[in-house]
Amino acid sequence: MSTVTNEKTNRGGFKLSDYQGLPSTLCKGCGHDNITRNIVQAYYELGLEPHNVVKTSGIGCSSKTPAYFVHRGYGLNSVHGRMPSVSVGAKLANHHLQVIGVSGDGDTASIGMGQFCHLVRRNVDMVYVVENNGVYGLTKGQFSATSERGAKSKIGEVNEFTDIDLCALTITLGGTFVARGFSNDAKQMLALIKASVAHRGTAMLDVISPCVTFNNHEGSTKSIHYVMEHDIKLNELGFVSPWEQPTAEIKPGEAVEIPLPDGSHLIVRGVNNNHDPHDKFAALQLLEESRKKGEILTGLIYIAEKERDLNTAMRVNNPKTMAQMDEADCRPPKEAFEKYLNGFR
Amino acid sequence: MNPPPETLTASQPSTPLQLTVNDLSIEAATVNGTGSQSANNILAKSLFRMGIPMAAKNLFPSNIQGLPTWFTIRASKHGYTARKKELDWLIGMNPTTWEKDVANLRPGAVVMWNSNELSDAPVKARGDLIAYPIPMNDCIKGVAADAKLKKMLVNMVYVGAVTHLLGIEEEVVLKVIADQFKSKQKAVEINVACLRAGMEYAKASLPKKDPYRVERMDANGNKILIEGNTIAALGCLMGGVTVMGWYPITPSSSLAEALIALAKKHRVDAANHTIRFADVQCEDELASIGLVLGAGWAGARSMTTTAGPGISLMSEFVGLGYYAELPGVIFDVQRVGPSTGLPTRTAQGDVLAAAFCSHGDTEHLVLHPCSPEECYEFARISFDYAERYQTPVFVLLDLDLGMNFWMCEPPSYTTEAFDRGKVLSPAKLDELKAAGKKWGRYLDMDGDGIPWRPLPGNPHPDAAYFTRGSGHDEYARYSEDPEVYRRNLDRLRKKIEGSRTTLPQPVLETVPGAKVGILAYGSTNNAMREARDQLAAAGVKSDYLRIRATPLATAAVEKFFKEHERVYIVEQNRDGQMELMIRQVLTTPGAVDKIRPVRHYTGFPIDARTISDGVLAGEGKR
Ligand SMILES: Cc1ncc(C[n+]2csc(CCOP(=O)(O)OP(=O)(O)O)c2C)c(N)n1
Ligand code: SF4
Ligand SMILES: [Mg+2]
Repeated sequence: MSTVTNEKTNRGGFKLSDYQGLPSTLCKGCGHDNITRNIVQAYYELGLEPHNVVKTSGIGCSSKTPAYFVHRGYGLNSVHGRMPSVSVGAKLANHHLQVIGVSGDGDTASIGMGQFCHLVRRNVDMVYVVENNGVYGLTKGQFSATSERGAKSKIGEVNEFTDIDLCALTITLGGTFVARGFSNDAKQMLALIKASVAHRGTAMLDVISPCVTFNNHEGSTKSIHYVMEHDIKLNELGFVSPWEQPTAEIKPGEAVEIPLPDGSHLIVRGVNNNHDPHDKFAALQLLEESRKKGEILTGLIYIAEKERDLNTAMRVNNPKTMAQMDEADCRPPKEAFEKYLNGFR
Repeated sequence: MNPPPETLTASQPSTPLQLTVNDLSIEAATVNGTGSQSANNILAKSLFRMGIPMAAKNLFPSNIQGLPTWFTIRASKHGYTARKKELDWLIGMNPTTWEKDVANLRPGAVVMWNSNELSDAPVKARGDLIAYPIPMNDCIKGVAADAKLKKMLVNMVYVGAVTHLLGIEEEVVLKVIADQFKSKQKAVEINVACLRAGMEYAKASLPKKDPYRVERMDANGNKILIEGNTIAALGCLMGGVTVMGWYPITPSSSLAEALIALAKKHRVDAANHTIRFADVQCEDELASIGLVLGAGWAGARSMTTTAGPGISLMSEFVGLGYYAELPGVIFDVQRVGPSTGLPTRTAQGDVLAAAFCSHGDTEHLVLHPCSPEECYEFARISFDYAERYQTPVFVLLDLDLGMNFWMCEPPSYTTEAFDRGKVLSPAKLDELKAAGKKWGRYLDMDGDGIPWRPLPGNPHPDAAYFTRGSGHDEYARYSEDPEVYRRNLDRLRKKIEGSRTTLPQPVLETVPGAKVGILAYGSTNNAMREARDQLAAAGVKSDYLRIRATPLATAAVEKFFKEHERVYIVEQNRDGQMELMIRQVLTTPGAVDKIRPVRHYTGFPIDARTISDGVLAGEGKR
């Protein structure tokens, strides 16, 4: 793949630019662009084959971002709230595809809530990123369902309704990988994205991603300032690829080490706590407590890395993909065909 | 076979009784969930195996247990298998509908009933009916079964009595029972005992008063008796579907379920413990169509099954499929709308909803099978059309075709290769490059409006592209340029226009000297031969054009209008949905003035009389 250039290549022989996309058309300073940058970096470092990357999305500013990363991958920008279903279809058609779906809080927590819930309970093997800014950015700043009660909109309206906590919801739905990030925290996000890719099943990343145009004012609970003030880090994360040595930053013994199916490891060390991310009850309790205190808990909240994913449960990962099946794969032999029809005489 | 036409008068004289062989419609009025289905199937199959042309319909309520259900068998030596307006023989088993069932009978009809459960009064009050009361509960007193089972077995008593009175061959019935219960010897014995009880009772206590008889024919040849949904599922299997997303809805669920059963048998890879078919029972139709289009986009042959309400929910996504050019097949087994409508009744009400599903400028390929043969064939080739045209394709059945039993020629084993359309392989892309041609995902390189599409996973460095439902140019780049937008829309129209000549073409049936044309589609076809025979008997010769797909084959339709003075468009909907599409393509001056609509929308399948009466009225003969 490499041509005569000074650009460094990764283990797969791909350059960073292979993982980049078109220039973003989002507002300058939009949190979503930070997430895009981290996806590019993570995918480059993981050495994924870009042509096997499938990028799905719904509708919204957030859902536009798949055009801004991995241009050598295949994008499917679907309809509002319906990214989960096209993702399932693509993954069933070709199980080798590495699916990443990007959604917004409006896209996921309102119009797409049904599909989101069912994707989670089916544990579809994919990365699911919610770029959560508490508003509908693309339609100019209406509250979304993840906006906290009491939050003020740019035009001074107060949100009267409780918010949906996507992390808590995902856990109760049987989600197998639940994390929250913040678009300004690149280090944490990088580890979370890499671990999401390595995880087999639905990895739900709820990334708080401030909308600098419609939700960055005084009184907003998703402004950059507010999130920085209220961000409580649950854990320090280290992601170790199969070919890497653990870094000295987190010493074994101080941390939970989680082996992932592709041979990589996620090292999780609690910050002033000893939360084991395998503990579902504790995870829900932590989320509820932080919500009461008005804190934004970030990090890996819950993981169940040994659950089977949709394709495995359905036993559909054939030697050939569904897309490759030909006449011989699909049609029973003539005798069986005729025997079947004979049953209708 | 040159059949004498049924008379066109509303009633037949009750006397004198003329022997009527292999020509009657018989209906069992039962209660949903009481096991009558199995008895009725035995009766229907027995007539079929005697080589007599027949069809059977289940008229059922939207309820699982306790509501009335009517099973109608029509046997006709003439091969008329549509619903017959008037019933010849009623079997009364349901107390709640009994009085009405009797009141609805034509003068002189036959009525048989369970006199242990139903009163004689309605029959006596009529005075004109041929009555066969049977104390069915008493008949099976001696059969060793518990009360619950007996409730079901009592249905076999009327099978026995009808067998005796009509002269159905006993060995045939016994064989059907044996096949139905397969290896369950006990079930076979007990059903046969009840059958015999009914036969014995009829022999001893019911002197033959009716004119009907059945006799062995050999009209059915190699045919099978099957529901449209079941054979459509086989078409899907042979057509190479590998991914299905669906959401249960009457009358389409049995198609999905039949396919799942087929795949479990014929798509299993024993060595790998895997299955070469993925089906997801989705959370709703929004999800099932999303799954279909996602799978189609990634290269699998994908489908969903639904009915009108599902089509409404899918419409936004179908527009994405059209505009972003994603293949997928949607089976719509039509039922009565709007809204929930009559969910267990039939209609052709989604003709337009399918053809123009979604907002904005769209048009979709729609196939209209008329018979089990076409259910198989159209199901199979629908995947070729979807991939060739890279667009959603609808296959429209209806409840009558999908859920009722029809005779059909068994399809021959398909060896035809799949048409995967213009899938751009890395090699093909190199080839284009070498020839100095620049490829674009939405670029019309061949002049047919159909672009080349690479599948996700294609490693060629130039192959990747971004699919979106928003404005895009020939190279799949985002664009709001007005010219680019119009160009793309025009190309899409060109692409879909091309299908007018490649979709299944209309079928024309003519007789010399006909000035009247009849145009119909789908399950209406089942009543058409009988209707045209009735017309001929009344002195009206008619030609018949059967539409099999839209976008319409314009030339054939225009020609049909040119060659006829009046064209009766027969539809099973109120508003003339196909007529609207026909009006859209007719350009010959005066052509639209020739249109005479015949519309049927009661929820019951259309019958021949409705068609012939409609035409006769239009011809000033009624
Ligand atoms: C069916 C439908 N309804 C409404 C819209 C209009 N719409 C576009 S984006 C959007 C909200 C997006 O919000 P979110 O998912 O939070 O994304 P953000 O722009 O905030 O990143 C809405 C309501 C639409 N595109 N489709
Ligand atoms: S409106 Fe908000 S969410 Fe949309 S691009 Fe601008 S900053 Fe980002
Ligand atoms: Mg938002």
